[in-house]
Amino acid sequence: MSMIRRLKNRLSGSTEEQPLKSLELGRVVADASRCVQCGVCGYNCPVGIPVRDYARQGLPVDNPACIACGNCVAVCPRGTLRWETGSHALVVERFARQVGSPEPGWED
Amino acid sequence: MRATRYLIIGNGAAGATAAETIRRHDPDGDITILTAEPYPMYSRPGLAYVLINEIPAKQIFCRTLAWYDNLRLNLTLGKATQLDVVNRLVWLEDGRSLPYDRLLIATGARATSPPYPGHDLQGVVYLDTYDGTNDLIERSKRARRAVVVGGGITALEMTEGLAHRGVETHYFLRRDRLWSQVFNDEEARLLEKIMRAHHVHIHYNTEVSEIIGDRRGRVREVKLKDGSTFKCDLLGVAIGVKPLIDVVQNTPIQTDRAILVNEYLESSVPGVYAAGDCAQVYDRWTQQHMVDILWPSAVAEGAAAGLNMVGKRHAYVKGSPFNACLLFGLHITTMGQINPRRDDEEVEVVQHISRGSSEVWYTHPRTYRSAWAGDGENTIRLVINGDFLVGAIIIGEQRLADPLRYLIEQQVNIRHLRVDLEAGGETLKQSLLRFWQQIEPVSAAG
Repeated sequence: MSMIRRLKNRLSGSTEEQPLKSLELGRVVADASRCVQCGVCGYNCPVGIPVRDYARQGLPVDNPACIACGNCVAVCPRGTLRWETGSHALVVERFARQVGSPEPGWED
Repeated sequence: MRATRYLIIGNGAAGATAAETIRRHDPDGDITILTAEPYPMYSRPGLAYVLINEIPAKQIFCRTLAWYDNLRLNLTLGKATQLDVVNRLVWLEDGRSLPYDRLLIATGARATSPPYPGHDLQGVVYLDTYDGTNDLIERSKRARRAVVVGGGITALEMTEGLAHRGVETHYFLRRDRLWSQVFNDEEARLLEKIMRAHHVHIHYNTEVSEIIGDRRGRVREVKLKDGSTFKCDLLGVAIGVKPLIDVVQNTPIQTDRAILVNEYLESSVPGVYAAGDCAQVYDRWTQQHMVDILWPSAVAEGAAAGLNMVGKRHAYVKGSPFNACLLFGLHITTMGQINPRRDDEEVEVVQHISRGSSEVWYTHPRTYRSAWAGDGENTIRLVINGDFLVGAIIIGEQRLADPLRYLIEQQVNIRHLRVDLEAGGETLKQSLLRFWQQIEPVSAAG
């Protein structure tokens, strides 16, 4: 199934198939050490996800309601949120192997 | 066995995080959070975004009352006035006393009031509490002209917010450079240009000596050091913060600028802990105890204090200084040791990043070198000591912020990068990217 199809399904509320977001669309990840819990992220979320609750704990925003619009990433004043695609995670992992493990929480 | 009684004075980043951590490890403990403000926990850094009108005020509440109920945290309104460490009691202003087995002092800090006459007039405003910020916003609706004093992030946030709300805003600086403890001349000029475009009037070498009020006790004008006066109806003050440590007066608890704690966040009196802006923690980077006025630091200290309060020995290790902010639409990240002064100025550098940042004292050896590159509104400055990156400031485009932070915190040897930079020939960004590729295998190889 194409990515567009999946998006359309999700926007129309169809439960036909859960997309593999982390692999295909990417997902929003958080660096808790930057988060000041201001809530600018959640205020700008068009589907009302409490993004701050994920961000402050450094959790990826794995909320099924997420439409992957990227608003929260764009508005965060502290650079807490980042768009992560599968390939990005791979690069970070390789980098970590080369120069040592990142400290906990540095990367998801 | 009786449940352990945990008492936490303060409902901010450190206090609430400690409570959450304690509950995770002690399901039966009796946890009380004493708060002096009648609200659930809110984001103090978020106040700037309320002022700028990015979010409505209620959005900064980062915990609901249900959160306290679910974790069975007794949220109690009251102001602690005196601590009795012998009988393990905290006395409140209203005469009540609360007993404890383990106490966490997480009272935070408040904005310092100006050291000149008139600071109690109406219209002298601060950006440090929910009520204070609402007062500031209400007054800004009627204000025609505001003056802001203070050299750090909070003062800049105030000027941005007031200008954004249509108040004629004048920013007074004692010296001749914006954010002088962090910025170099080029960086200061970059922000200055943007501030002027936002209609902020910047006055260098201008210092207030007195605030003068009208008959109704409201700010009318400020008197300057040169003897002149300047009409204004608001005075925004962000000249630093003062840790709230009155509660430990007349106790054996050791203090310096704040409550001195060991690596387990415990004060000199067993069973009494401190975390957040009112604690002075050990910093491995300077080998001194310091007050770390940053929200993420308060969260980390609160979590560590919570662990130690439930009996899990957990040493808190302070990370290197790091702060990211957004000023006038410009992303600015500062990390590690940054010396904005010229080499010939002085050897001993006292770096005091004011509000909303890490407060650091560094002895800056002459061996430090810095590399700076600017491209429109994007700049990067690296501070290098020998073969190691010790600090960086990134303005505008932030893609290199995380890699640079990694190089600093993990103390990666950057000899190749240094050699590249010294050789010249390519831009700093090119050198950085090339270095990055050298230490990171290309994806095709892996």
